[in-house]
Amino acid sequence: MKRIDHAEASSGFIKAADHLEFHDKRLWDLRKKRDREAESMPEWQDLRELASAIKEHTLSHLADYLLEFERNAIANGAQVHWATDAADHNQVVYDILKSRGARTLVKAKSMLTDECEMRPFLEKRGIEVMETDLGERIQQLDDEPPSHIVVPAVHKLRGDVARVFADTIGTDPAKDDPHYLAESQRQHTRPVFLRADAGMTGANFAVAETGSVVVCTNEGNADLSVHLPDLYIACIGIEKIVPRIEHLGVFVRLLSRSALGSPITQLTSHFRAPREGTEMHIVLVDNGRSERLGMADFWYSLKCIRCGACMNTCPVYRRSGGLSYGATYSGPIGVIIDPTFNLRKYSALPFASTLNGSCTHVCPVKINIHEQIYKWREIIAARHQLPFVKQEAMQVAGKVLSNPKLYRIAVEAAGSGIERLPRFMMYNRLNAWGRQREVPSAPTATFRQWYIANRGKKDEKGK
Amino acid sequence: MSARDDILDRVRRNQPAACAMPVIPPFPAPRGSLPERFKAAVKRMGGKVAEPPPGAVLQDFVRALFPGGAIFASAAPEVAGDRDLGVVRNPRDLADVDVGVVRAVFGVAETGSVWLTCREFRVDSLGFLSQHLVVLLDPARIVGNMHDAYGERAQFDARYGVFMTGPSATADIEGVLIHGAQGVRSLTVVPAPADINATTSA
Repeated sequence: MKRIDHAEASSGFIKAADHLEFHDKRLWDLRKKRDREAESMPEWQDLRELASAIKEHTLSHLADYLLEFERNAIANGAQVHWATDAADHNQVVYDILKSRGARTLVKAKSMLTDECEMRPFLEKRGIEVMETDLGERIQQLDDEPPSHIVVPAVHKLRGDVARVFADTIGTDPAKDDPHYLAESQRQHTRPVFLRADAGMTGANFAVAETGSVVVCTNEGNADLSVHLPDLYIACIGIEKIVPRIEHLGVFVRLLSRSALGSPITQLTSHFRAPREGTEMHIVLVDNGRSERLGMADFWYSLKCIRCGACMNTCPVYRRSGGLSYGATYSGPIGVIIDPTFNLRKYSALPFASTLNGSCTHVCPVKINIHEQIYKWREIIAARHQLPFVKQEAMQVAGKVLSNPKLYRIAVEAAGSGIERLPRFMMYNRLNAWGRQREVPSAPTATFRQWYIANRGKKDEKGK
Repeated sequence: MSARDDILDRVRRNQPAACAMPVIPPFPAPRGSLPERFKAAVKRMGGKVAEPPPGAVLQDFVRALFPGGAIFASAAPEVAGDRDLGVVRNPRDLADVDVGVVRAVFGVAETGSVWLTCREFRVDSLGFLSQHLVVLLDPARIVGNMHDAYGERAQFDARYGVFMTGPSATADIEGVLIHGAQGVRSLTVVPAPADINATTSA
């Protein structure tokens, strides 16, 4: 499988200056709204500690909680299926739909079904699948994966959406008012809701104590997907279990505040049992999660509640766009999850980070994201998955940094070099720091030169 | 081995060393009037609050919120609608409803949410196919925060239950806030003590 080159893939996004500027600003705005919410609650840090501890407790007793969830879901009248991987999941869903003669599926947003690439699988077999979250629908109609786990089309401007909708659902190409575009989607989607044979949601939480599936949305599309058809399928990653109803209080208070800076999503829906005369199916999906659970340094990533706060705060994500990661999960959380799916394919992603730690700082379940990024770099370097230029540069840097004399010569030369070198020597293929940015002008003296001139003598006296 | 046994076996083998279950301490809600905080939170989330004047007949007050021959469907005993929810067998039959009316079990001051279950809706789709939703709420039934809300443990044994907070909303296009993305276009909370004498409306 081809290795994803994040830097190369982001170059197109970076060239579109208006897109880049909006993307950066919009996501930073979400981060600021999150900060306002967090700072207005004296118990914020306590809630993060609790959320982390509840998740660690649950993951360390996951088998028992999965069994408890299954037992209660079955007692509620739901049918529970298990899927080891993506292919297994897609087949289970298809078999349910086929055996009930369902041809049209309306679905709410689910990162899991994106991870399993379920839509093309079902479409190839004659099932009409409609994403009903506005952002996810825009991406479906544009034949692109979501670029963000909460706001899937955040990399698009209104003109892009107007173009996609004009080409696919027949809106006026000259009209790009977001109100007009959103209303057009509402009108377009509603008849499909009314004729759909089956509805699908993911899950934000699955409660072991009651067998309930909890879904947090803003648009109301998840509830429409469940309440209208006679068949409901919930696809759930096994790490979504929480033990008890009371734990939802902790997570619900953190989730939307971390994601969008709103105190709660417009809808927090609890589906415990099927409506009379209808069917509810729950598909519990592993797809690598049980393996990750056994990875000493990396199992903490399973605590993730998919709020996207780490993406909103990440300077690399904000300036490169989610699609450049070439994976279902992008941004800092993607960087630490994706290599567990395929180390070679995603070996460049842990380098798409400044290691500033901001992701860890905002994570509502306290995942040590930046430390895990660093650990992935070590693993990738040890397994020689580093690209040639990076490897060579690191070896040279290693020699220079371990030898004080060489280091001084290099620093002094670099200072004068930046001023004197012709552009083609500075801004070329071999210098990643010269791409998409101007190298700052060097100070007139190195720190050592300054130190000797100003403090050196005093220091010598002291000795 | 079945997928189920295979997954459970691997989970059991790979589970990290047991971490203790934390105890959730009490998180008292901030001081101040619960109804006032609730109202402010509803408005912040894009909802409306319509207070009936003293002595108003609830039925007339609610209908007057949407004049002009709107089709009402009411699951609240205090308000009569135009549709008999008792005979609705297909949830899609409510597709032409302009205004749904329902009484919430309780409200949450922290978020401006109202808690509704399948029992209150009578037909689940009432809360989502209706173009607008009017929610009656007893001001004496407002809890402080989400911990208190989930503390109403018996509520979560309902087949279906939802915290609704303002109307359907999206900001998926350039972050522009739009109400009525898919579900209700507006949500109006009407503070009204539960009328124990009211009968179920037709």
